[in-house]
Amino acid sequence: MKADWITQSRLWKSVFRHDLDDKPRNRALAVTSNIFLHIHPVRTKASALDLRFTFCLGGLSLLMFIVEVITGILLMFYYRPVPEYAYTDMKLIEHTIHYGMFLRNMHRWAAHAMVLLVMFHMLRVFLTGSYKPPREFNWVVGVGLLTGTLLLSFTGYLLPWDQIALWAITVGSKMAAATPFLGSEGPFKGVLNINEYNDMQYLLLGDNKVWGNALLRFYVLHCVLLPVLCTLLIVIHFWRIRKDGGISRPL
Amino acid sequence: MDAMTDKNLAGAEISEVFTFPDLVSREFLAILLTIVVLCLWSLGMDAPLKAIADPNWTENPAKAPWYFVGLQELLVYFDPWIAGVAIPLFIIFGLMAIPYLDSNPAGVGTYGFKHRKFAISLFMLGYILWFALILLGQFLRGPNWQFYWPWQDWSVPKEAERKLWNLSGIWSYILIMSYFILGLWLPALIKPAFYKALGFARYLITWLLILLMFSLIIKIILRIFFHIKYILITPYFSI
Repeated sequence: MKADWITQSRLWKSVFRHDLDDKPRNRALAVTSNIFLHIHPVRTKASALDLRFTFCLGGLSLLMFIVEVITGILLMFYYRPVPEYAYTDMKLIEHTIHYGMFLRNMHRWAAHAMVLLVMFHMLRVFLTGSYKPPREFNWVVGVGLLTGTLLLSFTGYLLPWDQIALWAITVGSKMAAATPFLGSEGPFKGVLNINEYNDMQYLLLGDNKVWGNALLRFYVLHCVLLPVLCTLLIVIHFWRIRKDGGISRPL
Repeated sequence: MDAMTDKNLAGAEISEVFTFPDLVSREFLAILLTIVVLCLWSLGMDAPLKAIADPNWTENPAKAPWYFVGLQELLVYFDPWIAGVAIPLFIIFGLMAIPYLDSNPAGVGTYGFKHRKFAISLFMLGYILWFALILLGQFLRGPNWQFYWPWQDWSVPKEAERKLWNLSGIWSYILIMSYFILGLWLPALIKPAFYKALGFARYLITWLLILLMFSLIIKIILRIFFHIKYILITPYFSI
């Protein structure tokens, strides 16, 4: 073979530990010697390959998360989370950055797709009884991921800093002010002496209305805190699939 | 390569294939196809961007992102602390509790209604309600959150809603108490086997969550068809 001098080199062999001949041993090694593939077992139940069972919903949710991370990091190069620049930066991304509009579109549509895929994934897991023992805890982690997905999407909604963003988040953050005991407009607000400068809404916005502090808080939540939390939950979620005996099948 | 078999705990044979390439190739195709769809979507449709944020110019209607519009729609029927705080928390913790409440071992790993009629019916009801509220809020609500059909002009103002009335006094308490007491007691009376299978604590939590979900639907019906705003008024809060 022509490429032998490459595939037989010490450098190549230091990276790829096995050859590509179609042998059972190599098929096993392809999975176990690859950090990305080894979340899979070497052998998979034939029933798990049926597209009409999983519809790939969980895997594609992860794919959307990865797309969001990549496009999100690229967008961060061009975006400053302060009221003076945020909207101008959006306009610059759309009109002067090469493929900027495409990048932004991809970030937005993948976010919508992720919310939908996670919702449908939950439906599929419920309808196939896959939350039943021994997978109870992984369902709980999954509900956490649904919540995380919604919060990621919600915090990202403010960042374009246009009228849609400002008023959608204004509507949303009013809910925080309505929290019983901890919101300045909620029931029992007097018990803890809560006013509009120390309630849940103030914690969320860094202010009693949506402006600069809220933009910065949502930016940090959206780009750092929530992605880190979701990554952690995703890792637990996938690890637990394996530990709970792989994806469910008829008993 | 031939399929292999393994034995599960019950001793039944499970047919297995190598993950590489049987599963990995399928995953690769799914990823490729999804990325293509996503690229076409991003080329063909631009994400919206309106005028710059202006705190002095209120959007009407100011709609939440679509996945929260269902909760926003609930603001028609409930005070904000219920629609925006209590109900979301009940949904999240209620969903988390499902595996610990459902003691029926049937139906793992297959789509089937026959052995899980109760669980699937209830879950589907809640799921459809979730999407119905989203669709209603997203497509049928106009300025001032008034009801508009998609073909109706938003610039034509709707006449004010007829006067709402409240249920109050002793009757509120009697009706709500009897709803919950009967709702908790009757299922156990009619189907003792159901109560026995769950045990006291699980039965209580399961039925409380179910009754709360139905009370949400009842409140929506009372508001739309009977123009009732509150069914309970106290000095501290109203429901």
